[in-house]
Amino acid sequence: MTATIPSATGQPLDRVDGYAKVSGRARYSAEIPIPDMAYAYVVGSRIAAGRVTGIDASAAQAEEGVLAVLTRQTLPRIAEQPPLIPSLAGTAAPGQTFFPVQDDTVHYAGQPIALVVADTWERAQHAARLLRVSYEETPPVTTLDQGRDLAYEPERIFGGWIPGRSERGDVAAGLREADVTVDGTYTYAANNHNPLEASCTTAQWDGDDLLLYDATQGVNATQMTVSRLLGIPMSRIRVIGHYVGGSFGSKAMIHAHPTLAAMAARAVGRPVKLFLTREQMFTSVGHREEQEQQVTLGATREGRLTAIRHLKLSPTSHFDDWAEPSVGTSSQIYACPHYEGAYRLFRANTMTPTFMRAPGEASGMHALECSLDELAHELGLDPIELRLRNHTEVDAMTGHPWSSSGLRECYERGADRFGWAGRDPRPGTRREGDWLIGTGMATASYPVAPLANPQRARARLYADGTAVVQAATPDFGTGVATVMAQVAADGLGLGVDRCRFESGDTDLPNIAAAVGSAGAGMISAAVHSAATALRRQLVDSAVADPGSPLFGADPVRVVVRDGVMTAGAASESYSDLLRRTLRPDAEAVGQWNPPAHDVPYGMMTFGAQFAEVAVDADLGVVRVRRMTGAFAPGRVLNAKTARSQLMGGMLWGLGQALLEANHMDPDTGHWVSSSLGEYLVPVNADAPDVDVELIEVEDDVVNPLGVKGVGEIGQVGVSAAIANAVHHATGRRIRELPITIEDLI
Amino acid sequence: MSATGPALTRRDTTAVERGPDPVRITLSVNGTEHSLDVEPRVSLLDALREHLDLTGAKKGCDQGTCGACTVWVDGRRVLACLTLALTCEGHEVTTIEGLAPEAEPHPLQRAFVEHDAFQCGYCTPGQIMSAVALIEEGHAGDDAEIKEWMSGNICRCAAYPNIRAAIRAVRDQT
Repeated sequence: MTATIPSATGQPLDRVDGYAKVSGRARYSAEIPIPDMAYAYVVGSRIAAGRVTGIDASAAQAEEGVLAVLTRQTLPRIAEQPPLIPSLAGTAAPGQTFFPVQDDTVHYAGQPIALVVADTWERAQHAARLLRVSYEETPPVTTLDQGRDLAYEPERIFGGWIPGRSERGDVAAGLREADVTVDGTYTYAANNHNPLEASCTTAQWDGDDLLLYDATQGVNATQMTVSRLLGIPMSRIRVIGHYVGGSFGSKAMIHAHPTLAAMAARAVGRPVKLFLTREQMFTSVGHREEQEQQVTLGATREGRLTAIRHLKLSPTSHFDDWAEPSVGTSSQIYACPHYEGAYRLFRANTMTPTFMRAPGEASGMHALECSLDELAHELGLDPIELRLRNHTEVDAMTGHPWSSSGLRECYERGADRFGWAGRDPRPGTRREGDWLIGTGMATASYPVAPLANPQRARARLYADGTAVVQAATPDFGTGVATVMAQVAADGLGLGVDRCRFESGDTDLPNIAAAVGSAGAGMISAAVHSAATALRRQLVDSAVADPGSPLFGADPVRVVVRDGVMTAGAASESYSDLLRRTLRPDAEAVGQWNPPAHDVPYGMMTFGAQFAEVAVDADLGVVRVRRMTGAFAPGRVLNAKTARSQLMGGMLWGLGQALLEANHMDPDTGHWVSSSLGEYLVPVNADAPDVDVELIEVEDDVVNPLGVKGVGEIGQVGVSAAIANAVHHATGRRIRELPITIEDLI
Repeated sequence: MSATGPALTRRDTTAVERGPDPVRITLSVNGTEHSLDVEPRVSLLDALREHLDLTGAKKGCDQGTCGACTVWVDGRRVLACLTLALTCEGHEVTTIEGLAPEAEPHPLQRAFVEHDAFQCGYCTPGQIMSAVALIEEGHAGDDAEIKEWMSGNICRCAAYPNIRAAIRAVRDQT
């Protein structure tokens, strides 16, 4: 094994695409200038349940500039029924098994029933309003209250990946053994991702070749999905997505619009841009479902857990058994002999819910960590002390040791930075003017996602000593181009300014969709593999070459730094080697094969969240004054971008706790909120300064660089820390998310 | 929030009915005059993005709620999605592309990069157009004021603390 001296990885470098973004030069998927562009507008169903009995398109078709009105009569049939498989699997990943505009059934409000294509965006929108659609309407079921009595226990959820029920020991016995029990039912409003860039696909055909510019978390996922739904070969589809304006799970699955855009472009014989409206983002890309969770804890007087029961009820679509896996980490992260977790679903008039940042953990850990706070209060124990008494060094469900943890350090360093010590646990004891002040904490945990297939990257070194490393992954705000240049630099033994990461194109080596906080781990593994393979190739070439000063050296003793290979006193640069041997460049493909799913380790990222709130005693307004999060995400590839992502996650937790809510109108089956004026997300005035502490832990199980990811762990536990702080401030347990003025006044 | 300023439609000219068919208008954007044919219902945002290939101003909501389309008209910041292109004739439109030459970014553009005041970058041009204006107007006195005046620009990646740090840094340079 040859060596380099890592120097770039972990450094808080500025984003390499920073100037492209601050100057407006970065081109997102709706911003590709293509001559003769046409515009597609998706027409959604006005009703939530029933069927479309007719669409009179005559007025729309008579409008100036209208190129086509595509309904189920004129849109082609899809080639195959969509499968429901999480995009992490690295295969086709439609967001639901139902594909619209194929029959007359209406399953949910906003379900696409037609497409209008025109030569301008304004004309397409206007013509869409001229369609006369007739319906036969049946009463919809959309809310928990309407569906509770219809609930069933699914065998499996989440595309078949997760069992509907998991148990160990005997929870009833565990609760009988308990000295103290707490039991709480938590309700959650539905959430919508609302990335600032709505989903968009620009589709262009050239004969039988299809080029798509797509806002997606995985260009390969788009390619595979469209290939299967249209029944055209993979080799005929290229998908490009260089810049993506945020996703948070809304662009993780490949919903209907890329396929519809391709169909529309074929129908009108022109390139077509299909840009969902903000309103359509509420009905087109999935959502985090409304839900109810019940947590029952039993514990001894000393605070040792004897039983955890965690049940969830939520609506799913008429065609898929989907729930975000909220009942997962509660089985794993605390020592407890008896556990029961189960999902119940009911069929509702919605599209299939989908991943949304920390899918499952954000809601599941809220219920668990609020319950633990309540238990600590009952037992008169400090909330951190209660968690330490139930700390486990093994995955409590499997008994396998953690591949790495760092949770104890997260508690310690987080508490230290936040100033937790000496906290008066009595609720309602701190007051500053009109404001009641409280503090709360919670554990954060997010699994390191198991991957299914090989991940590849390609590294090319030019004779001038600069390198390009490539992989087919888009940037949706993660900073992937920056951190992968850092990883490549250390793998090759080059300065980071000499390495460029090229991405966002299916013509580049395959990477699964960057979902589940797995992007940094899997892409860095592939990039590291490619870069080190290329370095070995070059070193081996030098030591075997009589013309090289390194001839005959032991390759293991060759160190590469700044592009210069050195063994003892002898050295030669990559450039000299390539030029001397008349090679314009050298190239290697690297492949990383993820560990098997039955690897005998628990793989989990941990953290600890702390929040201080002020609650107006008269008005019930909650302001979060400060937040501290300490996280152990394995190796950190870039301290600056990692902190930013963790901070963003924590502020998402604030939104989840206090702002973000959507509800279905039980009569019409429509979302009550369908704009950013109604669906509240944190704005600048909501966001306090956020303190992020990084605790690096070594992990040689998860992937070659020991990267556990930072995309989601930042959000987990925040809403619980805030709810616990609200209790500390006011003495009131609010078991509803978001916590609103109405709950506290 | 936006500063008060002159109304966009000039009142001193006789109103001439135009449309609904496309009409020829002249827009002065970043110091360059452009002639284009647009229907009167075309927003300034769509005129910039779909007709002039100036895609720096972003379409986040098309409803005036997110701030991603913030540009300046006669130096006053407006939401381009709620402004008709037609009403901008005779006014100077400035977009992120015209804020500073590529080789010499505006100090706030540098500060945004240095303080990592964005992730996906989609809201960033709007954030910067708002932030430059609020510094010039003297609305960046302290964090409370920055928070309030920047709350019309949503950043879903929630880079807000870093946005404030970038604004403070430039405020303190000047």
